[in-house]
Amino acid sequence: MTADIETFAKTAEANTPLRMQVLRNIRNRPTASGAAIAIAILVLLALLAPVITPQNPYDLASLSVMDNRLAPGETGMTGITYWLGTDAQGRDMLSAILYGLRTSLLVGLTATAGALAIGSVAGLLAAHFGGAVDALLMRIVDFMLGFPSILVALILLSSIGRGVDKVVVAIMLVQWAQYARLMRAAALVERRKEYIEAALNFGLPTRHILLFHLLPNSIGSVLVVASISVASAITLEATLSFLGVGVPVTQPSLGLLIANGFEFLLSGQYWIAVFPGIALVLLVMSLNLLGDRLRRSFNVRGP
Amino acid sequence: MSETFFELRDVSRYFRSKPSLTQRIVTALGRTGPPPALRAVDDVTLRIRAGEVVGLVGESGCGKSTLARVATGILPPSAGEVFYKGRPVTELTGKDRLNYLLKVQMVFQDPYASLNPRMKVGQLVGEALRVHKLVPKNEVGERTRGVLKEVGLDLGYMDRYPHQFSGGQRQRIGIARALAVEPDFLVCDEPVSALDVSIQAQVINLFMDVRERRGLTYLFVSHDLGVVRHISDRVAIMYLGRIVEIGTAAELFAKPAHPYSQALIRAIPSAVTRRRRAFTPLKGELPSALSPPPGCAFHPRCEHAMPICREVRPPLVQISPDRSAACHLHSTSESV
Amino acid sequence: MNAEFTQDAPLLDVQGLKTVIHLPDGAWPAVDGIDFTVQRGEVLGLVGESGSGKSVTGFSIVQLMDSPAEVIAGRVLFNNEDLRLASEERLRSLRGNRIAMIFQDPLMTLNPVLSIGEQMAEAILEHRDVGRQEALRAAADALVRVGISLPEARLRQYPHEFSGGMRQRVAIATAMLNAPDLIIADEPTTALDVTIQSQILFEVQKLARDSGTAVIWITHDLAVVAELADRVAVMYSGRIVEIGPVDEVLDRSRHPYTLGLLRSSAAMVEPGQRLNQINGMAPRIDARPSGCPFRTRCDRAMSICAEQDPTPTIDGRHGFRCHNPMPQRDAA
Ligand SMILES: Nc1ncnc2c1ncn2[C@@H]1O[C@H](COP(=O)(O)OP(=O)(O)OP(=O)(O)O)[C@@H](O)[C@H]1O
Ligand SMILES: Nc1ncnc2c1ncn2[C@@H]1O[C@H](COP(=O)(O)OP(=O)(O)OP(=O)(O)O)[C@@H](O)[C@H]1O
Ligand code: SF4
Ligand SMILES: [Mg+2]
Ligand SMILES: [Mg+2]
Repeated sequence: MTADIETFAKTAEANTPLRMQVLRNIRNRPTASGAAIAIAILVLLALLAPVITPQNPYDLASLSVMDNRLAPGETGMTGITYWLGTDAQGRDMLSAILYGLRTSLLVGLTATAGALAIGSVAGLLAAHFGGAVDALLMRIVDFMLGFPSILVALILLSSIGRGVDKVVVAIMLVQWAQYARLMRAAALVERRKEYIEAALNFGLPTRHILLFHLLPNSIGSVLVVASISVASAITLEATLSFLGVGVPVTQPSLGLLIANGFEFLLSGQYWIAVFPGIALVLLVMSLNLLGDRLRRSFNVRGP
Repeated sequence: MSETFFELRDVSRYFRSKPSLTQRIVTALGRTGPPPALRAVDDVTLRIRAGEVVGLVGESGCGKSTLARVATGILPPSAGEVFYKGRPVTELTGKDRLNYLLKVQMVFQDPYASLNPRMKVGQLVGEALRVHKLVPKNEVGERTRGVLKEVGLDLGYMDRYPHQFSGGQRQRIGIARALAVEPDFLVCDEPVSALDVSIQAQVINLFMDVRERRGLTYLFVSHDLGVVRHISDRVAIMYLGRIVEIGTAAELFAKPAHPYSQALIRAIPSAVTRRRRAFTPLKGELPSALSPPPGCAFHPRCEHAMPICREVRPPLVQISPDRSAACHLHSTSESV
Repeated sequence: MNAEFTQDAPLLDVQGLKTVIHLPDGAWPAVDGIDFTVQRGEVLGLVGESGSGKSVTGFSIVQLMDSPAEVIAGRVLFNNEDLRLASEERLRSLRGNRIAMIFQDPLMTLNPVLSIGEQMAEAILEHRDVGRQEALRAAADALVRVGISLPEARLRQYPHEFSGGMRQRVAIATAMLNAPDLIIADEPTTALDVTIQSQILFEVQKLARDSGTAVIWITHDLAVVAELADRVAVMYSGRIVEIGPVDEVLDRSRHPYTLGLLRSSAAMVEPGQRLNQINGMAPRIDARPSGCPFRTRCDRAMSICAEQDPTPTIDGRHGFRCHNPMPQRDAA
């Protein structure tokens, strides 16, 4: 019966607009609000990077090799103080990290959005049509989920080469399956409700029913899981870049920055790898904390 | 006007639950047949004349909602044929089929599940009008307000979501949604059972007014016999997927022929006469549609059951000019 | 069991309960200061219009009101323990065990992805130290008691495979599983036909008689209340406008609203004729009239009704809130 009451609470919850629920659920938790603030700051920094960074790290003309591997706090030839030091090319680490943050977030968000779109459509179609469509789509999903995602992405990227767009495609391909599965489960429950029958009774076109009835009522749990998966998309991208198959050197993400600094770690120039690492950990951790809060308050089981 | 306005002819609807893996293996090995189908509606024939109100009464789970869904085209029948204005609806395509779907509208039993929780009331009621472009775009709002007013809903509610209404108000929204597409046949699945008495009275008056104003035909499903007696011209009583008695409302209530009808009419609660009644549990077990008893499905609970009732299923036969019943008490005297 | 013979403190004593709904334009009372008691083994019928606050009353008693609703005043004494002050943990252990609630919408209680058996067994295992098999047996028994045959097969099925009425019977069976002290049943037999209703009312009466379970039976059906309840409370616009023993309230109604409800039944007119309806609608929660909330629909309203909120009048065990009550009369 306690379980019943929880179900009731959830049903009641489902009735308040999603936006309100999300806000209410975050506001009352200190860790979640902390994480939300951290994410907001990081996103803002990433967005404003071109304006606030002391240096454009990709503009080779503004770099001075003489300033290479300066320790944090030292001042370089040009008179800039490098608060987080410089790397082997004399690039300001602070600027590099902010630009790296941009790339990491860009890849994480677009890949998640793409995977979400593909997965939701596949899940909806499977749930609505059932039968052979369902069987086929779900076999593909099982197949995709059967392999470790890093392996699939690695193989894919080693065959199509590196590039921001290619990384996004690779991550989308390994992540859509989980959304498809979740969406299908949610839509199967919704599909049995009478408002869907009412829509059928009005002879509404299938596309309309899928888009305006089934989708809005099934997407809640999928969105929650997507919010967690942004973090894993970013981690996956960092891993791929670290392994040298991810983003190109001309547009380094946090993962690539870590890889670049890796060789200097043992020679004591820790900052080149450690600071991007800290940024990455901060980002991923905040996303995870927030996503987890959402997941728990909506009582969604993980993928 | 010789064609029947609406007819269900030998309609059955089965539900087959998905066999489990072991069942499938056993079936594949040829040990048993597939699992038994649940006969929610079993060989029902029902003719409805234009403009009449037919009440459909029966126990919970006897197949009333399934019958309503088959009639409105939400569910296809497993066997038999549905006729709308003389044409079998399976043969309708394109515009004709849409016309049938819209003209035969359903008011649902569950005012909670039947409204999309993420749509505003105004959108909900006008949806079919907009999607099928039944009226010019700029008239959708007007028509929507019109039907909302017709069912007695405050127009200030247009921009609210269904969850902000109490059960009774939601049912009016459901009625408004059906009326918006100007149907000529309303299949009402327990449309007032969620409403309290004072509003029930208004809504039943509303159903009667709307019928008069729009010349509608109703199939009125309800378990409230008081309401059914009040509103119906004819009443059909259903038991375990079959119609066991059908006749004019006045006669049937005055002198029910089938023992199940008699039990039902006895059990009608009354605020006027009965206080702290000692309720009596039903005799015998409620049968399951998964394994209906052989012979007359009512025999385990029937006080008049005879040996033949356990073996032979009584057909629905005419027992007087305006009455048919499926009971050996009547068919024996008739057919022998 | 009649209240007048019971000396003990009531099982449930609700005093001045007030629950508001927070809407963008303010907090509006859905339940506006109500008082009532329920004795052990007593059946209290709670009747009233759609939106009168019956469900909110039920949820407020078990402290299940989530935002935008909030219980802002009053006491809910259950066995002398104020549930408003009880911890969430304490409430959890009471709900489903000592207090069971049957919701208006059975889908609220039933989890669509678990089989009926799993859910019912879970309800037992949560509060009792028995084996899984025994829990399932108890669940099967309970299904039979609400008139569902072949319980073993039914336990393996999922909620969507049941008809609306059968789901509601499952919810009722689940509520009775642990023989609670109090059952709050919110319109539980609305979707059922009369023979099944009789069967369920029989089981409820038996539970009240044998286990001393008190029942708050929320319904809009006066006829059911007349046949089942010991006492009736009639709600309108968040208040109890009339309360008393069932014969008093139904045969010697003092409030015009109660009388209007009784007269609007289909049994009161000839078939095919228009029913006696109470005109108008219950006012929206944020647009209740001044003075007596019923005055806009009342045919006995006087000028004072618009100015002053009628206070409760107590006549023996019969209470009502009306400036111009129906005259006292003997039973017909
Ligand atoms: N989708 C379905 N899958 C399997 N069985 C079903 C389905 N829908 C209905 N049934 C079964 O069909 C039978 C009839 O159900 P139906 O909902 O038509 O009954 P009803 O007469 O409307 O009952 P109620 O008065 O409780 O609403 C029931 O035994 C039910 O379990
Ligand atoms: N979550 C909510 N949000 C907004 N208003 C609400 C909410 N819950 C209840 N209300 C309002 O509180 C009032 C009382 O509602 P309640 O559900 O208690 O009525 P009821 O007597 O149970 O009616 P019914 O017979 O229709 O179930 C209504 O005006 C309703 O609109
Ligand atoms: S107080 Fe006045 S308006 Fe209210 S019920 Fe009594 S007579 Fe009618
Ligand atoms: Mg039904
Ligand atoms: Mg309610």
